[in-house]
Amino acid sequence: MSIGHTLLGLLEGGPRHGYDLKRAYDERFGHDRPLHYGQVYATLSRLLKNGLIEESGVEHGGGPDRKRYAVTAEGVTDVDKWLGTPEKPELYMQSTLYTKVVIALMSERDAQDVLDTQRHAHLRAMRELTTRKSGGDLADQLICDHALFHLEADLRWLELTAARIDELRKQVTND
Amino acid sequence: MTEPLLMATDVVKAFGPTKALDGANMSVRAGEVVAVMGPSGSGKSTMLHCLAGIIQPDAGTVMYDGKELSAMPDQPRSTLRRTEFGFVFQFGQLVPELSCIENVALPMRLGGMKRRAAEAKARVWLDRLEVGDVASKRPGEVSGGQGQRVAVARALVTGPKVIFADEPTGALDSLNGEHVMRMLTEAAKDTGAAVILVTHEPRVAAYSDREVIVRDGHTRQVEFA
Repeated sequence: MSIGHTLLGLLEGGPRHGYDLKRAYDERFGHDRPLHYGQVYATLSRLLKNGLIEESGVEHGGGPDRKRYAVTAEGVTDVDKWLGTPEKPELYMQSTLYTKVVIALMSERDAQDVLDTQRHAHLRAMRELTTRKSGGDLADQLICDHALFHLEADLRWLELTAARIDELRKQVTND
Repeated sequence: MTEPLLMATDVVKAFGPTKALDGANMSVRAGEVVAVMGPSGSGKSTMLHCLAGIIQPDAGTVMYDGKELSAMPDQPRSTLRRTEFGFVFQFGQLVPELSCIENVALPMRLGGMKRRAAEAKARVWLDRLEVGDVASKRPGEVSGGQGQRVAVARALVTGPKVIFADEPTGALDSLNGEHVMRMLTEAAKDTGAAVILVTHEPRVAAYSDREVIVRDGHTRQVEFA
């Protein structure tokens, strides 16, 4: 999971300070693994250094002043590139995919494109395994079958998500 | 890159008030295996039926080998389907009263070939698909996997340029399904036939060269990477 890209995606909705970003991240993506403050500030510092975000004023409140950050044009391009690049088909990748879909919906990009791009990458991996299987011995076939069944499970999840994309869009945009 | 053998452009097809296809596009080159995927009711079987000339689109064109299939009258379309296309469906495509070898010989007999010659050719294909031993049995007496391989033999026996397969393994278990897919795609590659494969199963689609996604009557064609 790319925390940097996820934070950039969240910042596309408007400038936020670190605490606010952590809260937004944990609410949407951090059910099993919330972010540590150290991770948030280290990531923001890296994004700032790379010109993907910039400081956008200071919030004065009851406590210490808090810097707000805004995504730059380079940051938006970086999110575009991240969403357009399929994940390497591997086991248990749904959390990253889910994040990409939600970020795409939140930023009014085409989430179906994210799913289609990933489907294509998965099917290509499945084709390679199918070809390897047809020329292999029984051990090869069983090893490939194991990978094929897992990739197939991912694809079924992609189909189900595609079928529920309108419902998810409503949830994400009403939040 | 070679020109498409079969190409649908902006195809629209409605059944009553429901638009099954709404500006769908796809093309298939000779010898290519293309999977048509999408959720139930997305229009993928309608796409196959339009491409095969089984139904006529309300708008748009289907071109086959330089001819406009979508503008062809019933009779030449029917002849074309018998001589240049092969079909494999999920259920019920074999004639239950005929033996397996008679089923495979049927398209050639309809084309006027003598029985002995037709059955000799049918025997070659049954053996190739490893179902020569059920040649004299009727479809009701063979297993699902054997029946589908007989159906594949019948689809290939006339040397078609395009094979249309609609959920060809939908009624089979994984192992039999894979056996049928391997034999279908290997035989098609050997003969140079294109295959249009409608399926919702990723493991079946993995036998294709590329996929076309149909969603809400629209297509998304994924080109070669």
